[in-house]
Amino acid sequence: MSEPRLDVRKTYKLLINGAFPRSESGRSYKVFTQSGEFLANVAQGSRKDLRDAVLAARGVQAKWWASSAYNRGQVIYRLAEMAESRRDELAVHVGAAEGLRAPEAFASVARAIDRIVWYAGWTDKITQVYGGANPVAGPFFNFSLPTPSGVVAVLASQESSLEGFVDAVLAPIAAGNTVVALASELRPTPAVLLGEMSATSDFPAGVLNIITGVTSELAPTLASHEEIDGIDLAGVGVDQASELNVIAAGSIKRVFRPRQNDTDPTRRLRAFIETSTVWHTIGQ
Amino acid sequence: MSTAPLRLVTGDDYGVKIDHASSVPLMNSEAQLKSTLAALAGVDAVGLEGRCAKLATRSIKKTTKLAAIDLAISMVDLTTLEGADTRGRVRSLCAKAMRPDPRDLTVPSVAAVCVYPDLVAEARSALGTSKVSVASVATAFPSGRASLKVKLLDVAEAVDAGADEIDMVIDRGAFLSGRLGEVFEEIAAVKEACRGAHLKVILETGELVTYDNVRRASWLAMLAGADFVKTSTGKVGVNATTPTALVMLEGVRDFAELTGKLVGVKVAGGIRTTKDALRYLVLVNETVGSSWLSPDRFRFGASSLLNDLLMQRLKRQRGAYVRADEFSGD
Repeated sequence: MSEPRLDVRKTYKLLINGAFPRSESGRSYKVFTQSGEFLANVAQGSRKDLRDAVLAARGVQAKWWASSAYNRGQVIYRLAEMAESRRDELAVHVGAAEGLRAPEAFASVARAIDRIVWYAGWTDKITQVYGGANPVAGPFFNFSLPTPSGVVAVLASQESSLEGFVDAVLAPIAAGNTVVALASELRPTPAVLLGEMSATSDFPAGVLNIITGVTSELAPTLASHEEIDGIDLAGVGVDQASELNVIAAGSIKRVFRPRQNDTDPTRRLRAFIETSTVWHTIGQ
Repeated sequence: MSTAPLRLVTGDDYGVKIDHASSVPLMNSEAQLKSTLAALAGVDAVGLEGRCAKLATRSIKKTTKLAAIDLAISMVDLTTLEGADTRGRVRSLCAKAMRPDPRDLTVPSVAAVCVYPDLVAEARSALGTSKVSVASVATAFPSGRASLKVKLLDVAEAVDAGADEIDMVIDRGAFLSGRLGEVFEEIAAVKEACRGAHLKVILETGELVTYDNVRRASWLAMLAGADFVKTSTGKVGVNATTPTALVMLEGVRDFAELTGKLVGVKVAGGIRTTKDALRYLVLVNETVGSSWLSPDRFRFGASSLLNDLLMQRLKRQRGAYVRADEFSGD
């Protein structure tokens, strides 16, 4: 008979600048499964954690956008590969967090991974599809080029712990932005797992930062932070969204909030893109 | 050689009388200098680093923080020491030195701008009658590898062009190979060539290897007439660190107790954040006391630090984190 083993319990930590720190504040909170059983202790991020994450995201954004679209696609595709090989673990957490039975949880994880692949494919198509050559009255080329907004804050869906999270963070990342994401407050573990996978997917440190914690506490800091260029408000209700909209206006952020039953999956992809117009003489 | 009498500063060469505080012990020979420095107590490196590590656990908040930020701004030697420096760059640096944040007139101006000797005249004319000083590195900065003659000419040119402060480098090669008299004489000669301009002596602590050497070099510089001792050039791998600054501050404190002469400290290189700056201010206050909390006695040699100080200041006023690119680059 084998010896009884000690439990090896896992700490679910933040992802900031490619590292996995506990919260600077030292706080943590408990998360539970849908049936009310203890699931994990999760770091409870603070304003200063957000500040550090934004600093990291800003620092690497130019580098991320400067790498080739093909290369960014490869990196995102690699995340899908990592997720694929850990889909059992993801499914356990998605099932526990969302109260799904195993087949449903596996289906959700499969959809999430497929979405990652879908975003990987978009990186080198955004310019083709949303850019253009404009006719002008003169011997010039005139191009419209989509460029990323910069640093995007994501308040991820509170309900959809993995699928919603994947959509919200990879849309801006595929477009060349870097992201500071606040995971679902009560269902954060699938997002944390995805963060761990991103660390082995050749993402430059700081492109994806994930904070877990209390949404109502941290959201105003993200909305007011002047270094953040856009914010996705998927994870807050109507009342708080309008409040955050007002705060975000103070620093002229792009604000995105998904519509209900939206049939256009590219809306989010286009949410954090700026169009720059370039003139070039013909035949010189 | 080691028993040869040291050439003491008299001011004769330039016809200027330099008034040495009588209580600063005169070094009559290299042997005496060596025995004075050898008698200094060794540094407890573990205790020193432990003490400095604890600084990171301090927290300075609200109005105290705001006051400390303003104090730190007023202590900055806004520095540009690049091969690519141009007159235009120096002019824009001077504008920033006088009005660090043009939107907010309550922001104090910095202590000085620090440039290479050939750009001193440009800085002087750009600063006009403002109270911002012109500091210049001289003596074959940053390596110090030139003959004394060349170094003194370097200093004289900077002073002639209007420098109020001279940042000299010591000959680390001579110091490390034990030719202390040579280092002493060089500092004394440069002090004389400064003709009243304040002399900051750069020890380049990153090249001095041990804390004991930092302590000895600080004393050597102070005995030879330094008005300031400065940590680093910013041009080698190891820049200012809190432990070396603490060793130097202790030296300054002990020197003041012995002689009554108050020598300043300048930390330079690698100090980029408000948090770092505040740690140094805490060290200063706890080691030498509040009379050193003034631009006359403590300086930060930095360029990017100023923007971070301005950012933190604005953050406190606005209550939201501020964009880094809201402030001019340098």
